[in-house]
Amino acid sequence: MAPRPFSRLHRTACARPAFARLLATLALAALPAHADLLPAQISADSVPRPLTATPGDAAHGRALLLARENANCILCHAIPEARFSGNLAPPLDGVGARLSAAQLRLRVADNRQVHPSTIMPSYFRSEGLTGVAAQYRGKTVLTAQEVEDVVAYLQTLK
Amino acid sequence: MARGAAVSLAVARIGAALLAVACAVPATLAYAQSSTTRVIPLDQLKSGLAYTGEDVRALQADDFANPGMLWVERGEKIWNTPAGADGKSCASCHGDAKSSMKGVAARYPAIDAKSKQLLNIEARINASRSGDQKAPAFAPESEDMLAITAYVNMQSRGVPVGVSIDGAAREHFERGRAFYYTRRGQMNMSCATCHEQNFGKRLFAETISQGQPNDFPIYRLEWQTMGSLHRRLRACLYGVRAELLPVGSPELLDVELFLAWRAQGLKGEAPAVRR
Ligand code: HEC
Ligand code: HEC
Repeated sequence: MAPRPFSRLHRTACARPAFARLLATLALAALPAHADLLPAQISADSVPRPLTATPGDAAHGRALLLARENANCILCHAIPEARFSGNLAPPLDGVGARLSAAQLRLRVADNRQVHPSTIMPSYFRSEGLTGVAAQYRGKTVLTAQEVEDVVAYLQTLK
Repeated sequence: MARGAAVSLAVARIGAALLAVACAVPATLAYAQSSTTRVIPLDQLKSGLAYTGEDVRALQADDFANPGMLWVERGEKIWNTPAGADGKSCASCHGDAKSSMKGVAARYPAIDAKSKQLLNIEARINASRSGDQKAPAFAPESEDMLAITAYVNMQSRGVPVGVSIDGAAREHFERGRAFYYTRRGQMNMSCATCHEQNFGKRLFAETISQGQPNDFPIYRLEWQTMGSLHRRLRACLYGVRAELLPVGSPELLDVELFLAWRAQGLKGEAPAVRR
């Protein structure tokens, strides 16, 4: 199941899965690799609708939080099962009780929209950045599906 | 009448002058405040050593155990070995480094009188090497370059860092400062995010220091070798997924000047050891 970049086409077509898949394939060919949140997806401090049609996989999300590459959330945050972590950011235990899936989604995807001066990277944003290394330019840290996986895991932290 | 007009003209002139001053002063003040205000006050500066573990501190403190001393020894040999067309060594011109090089590294980067360029100690050594000694320049980050800088910088142990940001250095300082505070890379962090807002905290297992430049080159256990300040800066840029600037590039030189200004008064500690 290859993670698909989010696109406007994909989102509007989500109601009809087969058609959506067809359109997503077309979108992959037609659109640039980046996929940032659109203002229309954000409501108050949350992103109410999932970024993909496939529900998030909490186990994969957990692996992403712990991975030393990409997400690497434990660089800054403590999570209950990690033996070791950084302490630049508040611990994430209980975060699934404090915040809804929709709120978690915006914080993982683009925390700047919640806290404009946050030090937390925006994991689903490729624009508005300076001096990005060529291999990452125009790309998001996580794919839409990975954001969903991470959100699914965070929801288990109650 | 005429007198009144003259007075009001004078008043208008004074008014215009005041207006000009009023416009100029806040601009200058804002400039001064924003560019030379110290985020970490001088009396709170700490070298990176303060944020390492006891094992690393012990390794650095003992010249027989400090792996950086191998480079220092090699550097001392280079200092005394004739090279180039005229068969001169560094010692032929500078004599005993222990006295002639004392405090030199603490003043760099600096504007070179001859070329009017901003040079760090590596570039200054290479200017002597190719200009005066007529020998091939040391390649950036080569063993010889690391060795000679380790030897020269060690002569500034205990000497407080103090660079000039006056005259031609000023624009380099301003550019370096702007670089330092610009968030960059896919992770969107500035140098200040880690080294001014979060020093003392842990990034996974590593305690973040104030990012001070007073003890380079460093022997880093993770590299299992010696590395320059620019190599360390590249590691930080790599971490935030930013464009990697080459060792010796103008941008890194400008940042180096800003870091040295920011470190004013910290004492030289080369060669340092780091995890
Ligand atoms: C460089 C540090 C850093 C990294 C890496 C980081 N965060 Fe954060 N995060 C923060 C900080 C700091 C906050 C506190 C609020 C703020 O300042 O934005 C925060 C807040 C949050 C919150 C809101 C917590 C609450 O109680 O309101 C969530 C959820 C979160 N982070 C999840 C993640 C996940 C998941 C990852 C990895 C995909 C991650 N963070 C990576 C620094 C980081
Ligand atoms: C994401 C966090 C982060 C960012 C951003 C960052 N650094 Fe670092 N830096 C580190 C860590 C971690 C170390 C190793 C531990 C230490 O010495 O601070 C380090 C080390 C250093 C050191 C060596 C300090 C010593 O005593 O050994 C310097 C100098 C430095 N950084 C400067 C910079 C500059 C300049 C920038 C911006 C171009 C920058 N850093 C960006 C995390 C960061």
